[in-house]
Amino acid sequence: MTKTRTMLAAFAVGLMTSTAAIAGEVRIMWYSDGVEGEVLKDLVDRFMKENPDINVVIDNVSYSVVREQLPVQLEAGDGPDIARVTNLKALSKHWLDLRPLVADGAYWDKNFGDQADWMRPDGSNQISGFMTQITVAGGFANKTLFVQAGVAIPAKDATWDDWAKAAKQVAESQQVPFPMALDRSGHRLSGPNISYGANYIGADGKPAPIDEGSKAFISKFVGWVEDGTMSKDVWVSAAGSTYRAAADDFINGQVAFYYSGSWQVPNFSTKIGSNFDWVATGSPCGPATCTGMPGGAGLVAIKYTKNPTDVAKVMDYLAREEVVKEFSERTLFLPAHKGVVEKGLDFKTDDAQAKAALGVFVTSTTSLSDLARKLPGWHWSDTVYGALVTRVSQAAAGEMKLDEAFTRIDADIAAKVKDSGL
Amino acid sequence: MTADVPGRTGLSLSDLAMVPVRLAMSFIDAPLRWVQKTFGLGGMATFFLLPNMLIFGIFVLLPFFINFAYSMTGGTALFLPDRSFVGTDQYARLFDCANYLDPNSCVEDTFWTAVGNTGWFVVLQVTLMIGFSLVTALILNRDLRARSFWRAVFFFPVLLSPVVVGLIWKWILQRQGLLNFGLFSFGFEPHVWLNDRTWSFAATVGVSIWAHMGFYTLIILAGLQAIPKDLYEAAEMDGTRTSRVFLRITLPLLMPNLLVVIVLVLIRAVQIFDEVYVLTGGGPGTSTLYLTQYIYETGFATQLRNPGLAAAASILMGVVLVVLTLLQLGLSRPSEKKGSRK
Amino acid sequence: MSRAVEFLFRRKGGNGWHWTDIVTWVWLVGGVFIMFGPAVWLVGSSFKSPAALAEFPPTILPYVTQKATVEAYDKPLDLYEVTLDDGSKATLAEVRRIGVVSQMVDPVKPGEIVKVNIANRTPVRQMSFAAENYTEPFTHFDFVRYLWNSVFVTVTATLITLVVNSMAAFALSKYEFRGRTFAMLLILATLMVPLSVIMVPLYSIVSALGLFNNLWGVILPTVATPTGVFILRQYMLTIPDELIDAARMDKASEWQIYWRIILPLTAPALAVLAIFSVVWRWNDFLWPLIVLSRKELYTLQVGLSIYSGELNVQWHFILAMTVVTMIPVVLVFLFLQRFITTGIAGTGLK
Repeated sequence: MTKTRTMLAAFAVGLMTSTAAIAGEVRIMWYSDGVEGEVLKDLVDRFMKENPDINVVIDNVSYSVVREQLPVQLEAGDGPDIARVTNLKALSKHWLDLRPLVADGAYWDKNFGDQADWMRPDGSNQISGFMTQITVAGGFANKTLFVQAGVAIPAKDATWDDWAKAAKQVAESQQVPFPMALDRSGHRLSGPNISYGANYIGADGKPAPIDEGSKAFISKFVGWVEDGTMSKDVWVSAAGSTYRAAADDFINGQVAFYYSGSWQVPNFSTKIGSNFDWVATGSPCGPATCTGMPGGAGLVAIKYTKNPTDVAKVMDYLAREEVVKEFSERTLFLPAHKGVVEKGLDFKTDDAQAKAALGVFVTSTTSLSDLARKLPGWHWSDTVYGALVTRVSQAAAGEMKLDEAFTRIDADIAAKVKDSGL
Repeated sequence: MTADVPGRTGLSLSDLAMVPVRLAMSFIDAPLRWVQKTFGLGGMATFFLLPNMLIFGIFVLLPFFINFAYSMTGGTALFLPDRSFVGTDQYARLFDCANYLDPNSCVEDTFWTAVGNTGWFVVLQVTLMIGFSLVTALILNRDLRARSFWRAVFFFPVLLSPVVVGLIWKWILQRQGLLNFGLFSFGFEPHVWLNDRTWSFAATVGVSIWAHMGFYTLIILAGLQAIPKDLYEAAEMDGTRTSRVFLRITLPLLMPNLLVVIVLVLIRAVQIFDEVYVLTGGGPGTSTLYLTQYIYETGFATQLRNPGLAAAASILMGVVLVVLTLLQLGLSRPSEKKGSRK
Repeated sequence: MSRAVEFLFRRKGGNGWHWTDIVTWVWLVGGVFIMFGPAVWLVGSSFKSPAALAEFPPTILPYVTQKATVEAYDKPLDLYEVTLDDGSKATLAEVRRIGVVSQMVDPVKPGEIVKVNIANRTPVRQMSFAAENYTEPFTHFDFVRYLWNSVFVTVTATLITLVVNSMAAFALSKYEFRGRTFAMLLILATLMVPLSVIMVPLYSIVSALGLFNNLWGVILPTVATPTGVFILRQYMLTIPDELIDAARMDKASEWQIYWRIILPLTAPALAVLAIFSVVWRWNDFLWPLIVLSRKELYTLQVGLSIYSGELNVQWHFILAMTVVTMIPVVLVFLFLQRFITTGIAGTGLK
């Protein structure tokens, strides 16, 4: 029996050391695309000097943990106090309402109100957090490759076909393996889909069956993968809805035109350095419009926290105008804060290419389609994205016909809607 | 094998460092004598079994039963009371097919693709693993110089973590990896192995053999070394041919070991996950998506998460494993008796 | 080894080569390449700079572009072997590159800028081991803490495994009681339930017990290993019951029999289990990743995963840290190889 008692004692010890949140401790789960982890650490250190009674700990994790493990933790009522998340809407029932806790709710509404809907349950006026960065999907061209190939970089209103043709010429002349690449992500596919006239949202607010617009671009996309215009590698490197980026191929000069988004700018700035010249191009056009997708990562408070007041203090601090400004300037992220946007930013980089690219992305936010603006705040976006990636990658791998992929996308989404019971 | 050399080495540790442990053990002894007096030998058996069974019960059996309950419920909630009872709907969904010969006609086509992939994987894995390990064991059983070195060569990947195994091979098979470099420098066209559905599948089989064959080789080697030498001497006197000796003496006497190997390989092959997850992620398309990954992703990882469906799939997988193992055990009974003659 | 086995694969006709000899040597030499090659390549690659890693064709040894400090320039500049317009060759340093044109200076007389088409330059390279792949993670991350957590999990889990499994094996091999076969079957049946399959329910239990974000949440689910119980039981079956009977005559308690007689005699099997347990627990990845989300609790394998952030795969760090996590396993192997090989041969797997 003693043995058993030892075991029980071990349990007890475990219990005590585990969940007993230390008073005044606030944990932030954070993933990094670039240097933002270090910048955040600086800012938080300053906060702790101001508030010695609150200990803020940053847990750096990989992006896959945020995507795969965090939702399950939240489902169990575990998880950190604050997290940096991209699927904000789908998980919105787990976010803490900061409205009664923050010093000045009106400040939040004024400066972050535009994206508040992206991260709260439909129909509430909750303040869940704020966007650490606004992103826009868009393209990057390897200018050096274009120049060497003697191919002109397509103009601002060029179509996807124009880009495909130009990129192909460049790749052939410069012997690079991929004319174009597009991240393995439903979000990335959606901009072009909308440009081809797609609409995801049905009349009842639930997902509509996949329409001609989406079909048109996806067919084109799969055709490009087949004939080698579009990089196959990134799309076939996983099954299911796993996210994969083709950024490394672009950085290594293997891609002429890469469709990703504004968050890659700091990454490219540091990693490409002077290896080649690159430019941001905005989003190519389809028959309907020329839109990218807005998006971004939000910092949200989690409702299972034991220290809501301290959490609110941390959030208040990080949402301060000068803090947002410094964070954005040092990370080269586009801020969400209205006041900061209006007063303008001085990005802390001596890389002219990065500055120019950020300029292109800022301009491209003005030409977003209405639907593209709506999607981040739509409950079913993630569901649609997941189904798109899963099935399009099967079509791209050549194991499923396009028609079948379209039927499957509809079926997957319908099953998920049914499972949710909404 | 007796407890000679390693046993003594194990004991020599017990000199000084073990003194407090010994003291503790004698302290434990007193209450245990009381237990023994009160409950008898049966009570002691329970006592010895208890800690293991307790942990086992909480962390293995209980989840297993919860899993069963999950498979009868729907929704995305984690804790059972929050989940709605749906009866056998999840199973019905898995089995909802227009044509049972064509996985694409099923509602859960991904599940059946995973089942098909896993089936092929198991067949290839079992045959090739036995083949490679048997040949390696036969060769290591020869009169070799530096045999422990050769044994180590084949065994060391067993100790690597699946993540490392996956990373190493991904690094080699990728577009700009070592393999393509090799082909390139011999004037061949490089090939993107992991983009190719057949090659990816072959890669998962091969990598899995690479990582585990050392373990099975050792088991078979142990069997080879236990075969009485006089049998071979007798065969030598009769002038029997090598192949005949192998078929008539080596193989039959090796059967018990081979059966252990087959059962273990089979169980592991059905459960294949980690190294493949790192190596191919299940792609291209779904060509290396195996059952465990399907279950993990359906239950845990994807945006289309459905723990109930995942649980139903895992219960089916468990049933298949139990049936396969019982079949194996049934087959091995008679040969065990044969084997015990040695 | 034995003459008999020698006979089985003897060389036919004295010095001549039997086909089995050829097969043997092809197999062994091929084996060295296929088994060792990948690991050696991994270790070699881990010393390369990110630029060298992206190169194709790759070089066997790590090279970097040589740099030179040139007057009037803050940063050291890359050196290139350049073919000039007049066909002569020179070693120049690149100041900046604009499009296809590279602006270069002679490191000796840095006043004058020479414009060179980038097709006409090749980098001057030297061998260099990128030790920063190893040192940088150590400074950026709490490596010592991760190491300690890994060691704690590995050692604790192994000790508990040994005690708990050996007690169960003792009961299952040396006592007659009702339900013995059932208990044994139950344990064996779990060989067939991989952790990844019961992950969701297991997570809900660990979470309900408050073991989330707790090293015990990593340790406890893994310690009741069916393999361990099986190996130890098979071994204990070979220990003669007479020993136990004699001890009982001497009024030894059951605990003393277990502790004084059975355990020492089971040492070889325990050694095998200990080695395997250490390796398994050291290598565990997915479960710790799920249970531990606080940085002060990360094990090495979880800490390593930060480098494979999906957006930003830092191969140079991943490779280096993979090598670091491999080291203990390799050491265990080098020093305990004999235990492993003889142990597997000697224990229940026979």
